[in-house]
Amino acid sequence: MRNLRCSCLFLLAGIALHFLPATPALAGLRAEESKPRKEEAASLQFPVPPPPFTPGIFPCSECHKEIKPNTARRVLKDEHTGIVLNHAQGQRWCLDCHDTANRDKLRLVSGEKISFSESYRLCGQCHGDKFRDWKVGVHGQRSGEWNGKKSYLLCAHCHNPHDPRFKPLSPMPPPVRPEDVR
Amino acid sequence: MSDKEARDKRILRLSRRKALKGLAAGIGALALPAKDSPASVWEAFFQKNFRELGKEDLQKVLARLEKEYSAQFGKAVKVKATPPVEGVLFGYALDLSRCIGCRRCVYGCVRENNQSRDPQIHWIRVLQLNKEKGVYLEEAEHYYNPAKVPEPGRFYMPVQCHQCKNPPCTKVCPVQATWTEKDGIVVVDYNWCIGCRYCMAACPYGARHFNWKKAGLPAADLNTDTHYLGNRPRPVGVVEKCTFCIQRVREPSGRYTACVEVCPVGARKFGNLLDPDSEIRYIIENKRVFIFKEDLNTQPKFYYFYAT
Ligand code: HEC
Ligand code: HEC
Ligand code: HEC
Ligand code: HEC
Repeated sequence: MRNLRCSCLFLLAGIALHFLPATPALAGLRAEESKPRKEEAASLQFPVPPPPFTPGIFPCSECHKEIKPNTARRVLKDEHTGIVLNHAQGQRWCLDCHDTANRDKLRLVSGEKISFSESYRLCGQCHGDKFRDWKVGVHGQRSGEWNGKKSYLLCAHCHNPHDPRFKPLSPMPPPVRPEDVR
Repeated sequence: MSDKEARDKRILRLSRRKALKGLAAGIGALALPAKDSPASVWEAFFQKNFRELGKEDLQKVLARLEKEYSAQFGKAVKVKATPPVEGVLFGYALDLSRCIGCRRCVYGCVRENNQSRDPQIHWIRVLQLNKEKGVYLEEAEHYYNPAKVPEPGRFYMPVQCHQCKNPPCTKVCPVQATWTEKDGIVVVDYNWCIGCRYCMAACPYGARHFNWKKAGLPAADLNTDTHYLGNRPRPVGVVEKCTFCIQRVREPSGRYTACVEVCPVGARKFGNLLDPDSEIRYIIENKRVFIFKEDLNTQPKFYYFYAT
């Protein structure tokens, strides 16, 4: 329905702007929008920039294919020592989110394995309200075109999944006071 | 006939051009460019109000400005006059429960819209307020500068042009150099503005700014993608303001405004008020929305909201 509406809007825009040559970008957009949404993978529905990994850490399997998974809750000593859970940690351990067998994937409660570029689905399991707002562009950040292609930031771009409270920032300089204007 | 239509009719009759011609004939050439001024100065002086320009005249004006700016800044400058699109009415919403007062938007706007760096012009001003007192403007702090934001007990309220449906600023302009476009953007024709600053006095949001001096805008920092009614370089003595990034949002692939994209907390939302599927409509229909100085009946298309 939405796609139809969008196409109509573009058509309207196209008619209104008939004196502009139809740009290839616009034509491309139209062709794509007429594809049924069901066939679109989630990654197309919510395009995101690459997950904010520490450079070099992915693929995790580089190391983990050699390491026997250890499901015991413990303090990590040999690796990932910087990761301290501060996120409902009483009820939770690493392997509730990370897949035990395939470390390159995240794991939903259903058992489904998902890639890191869909980590919002993981978060959405417990933060349904935020996830709903995120999908419509109200929580979090969308960029791109208000009337066309948009890209979303992952929850993880703003919230460290291990310690998700939003971190304070340094403000940019205040304006010049009127008495200091020369 | 609506008030607005009546006003629009009046401008057409009250053309400044006619007045100037009379002036020229009547009291001589005192106020006019010198006899030996380059042709472009004469052309600029006798240019019509933007809304009266025919297609051909408009193209000539744009070409003249592109030439002028390109020479001034030493690089190719594009000056567009992309018209409003039917079925689009722009609206904006800002999430007060997210904003942390980091001022990334202020400087993102300066870069995108070619504001003067020195003397400084900012189209966005961020107020720091007390959570306990709410929007109590007497205590608004403009110059906060702690090491980190947000500070405990405070909240932040960025203010910029509210693109009012009932704008006090355009009504007081004695030469109709500022008006509301069909897509709801309130614009200024810098070639028509006489710099009387009545509009600044009329605006309850402090959203209009005056070019007291020649803009300090280094060529390296110039955004060369400009719109006649928006971010093209401004002359001395004219008023300027936020235009919802008219040079971005009116294009067929209409980009979000610069402030929306630069906000690190995602507090800024923009879209088409006439599209029921837009984020802006979702917010108005589902969130707690607050209109700044609602009692003045300015009817802003800029809304504050609380997502949580
Ligand atoms: C709430 C679910 C969750 C829990 C619990 C969790 N993680 Fe993560 N972790 C994530 C997500 C999501 C990412 C992806 C972040 C990104 O996109 O960069 C991630 C990323 C990582 C990374 C890559 C970090 C980097 O620097 O790029 C490592 C390593 C990791 N987790 C290890 C762990 C360990 C060890 C634990 C237990 C102490 C743990 N995780 C617990 C969800 C979780
Ligand atoms: C440099 C090698 C290396 C890389 C790369 C690496 N890990 Fe690990 N990881 C380890 C080691 C070693 C341990 C065991 C640490 C300990 O027991 O003290 C470990 C432990 C873990 C654990 C705790 C559970 C367990 O099986 O011991 C999780 C969860 C984990 N890693 C997730 C990840 C994720 C997710 C990534 C990719 C984003 C990743 N790791 C990348 C070396 C690595
Ligand atoms: C298994 C359920 C669960 C999952 C999955 C989950 N969370 Fe949480 N989250 C919680 C609970 C419970 C709290 C509140 C307790 C707390 O603050 O530690 C919380 C708190 C938060 C907070 C508020 C923190 C604060 O201190 O203000 C943020 C932000 C957050 N989660 C983001 C995320 C993100 C991002 C993801 C995905 C990577 C995620 N959560 C996945 C259960 C979950
Ligand atoms: C553009 C950055 C950004 C993105 C992307 C983002 N958030 Fe947030 N989120 C914030 C900010 C900022 C806050 C407010 C934090 C504060 O007040 O301390 C917040 C707050 C939260 C909270 C705390 C509850 C509250 O109302 O304060 C939860 C839970 C949360 N986000 C979950 C998510 C989830 C889940 C996603 C992905 C579906 C997500 N966020 C994506 C920036 C973001």
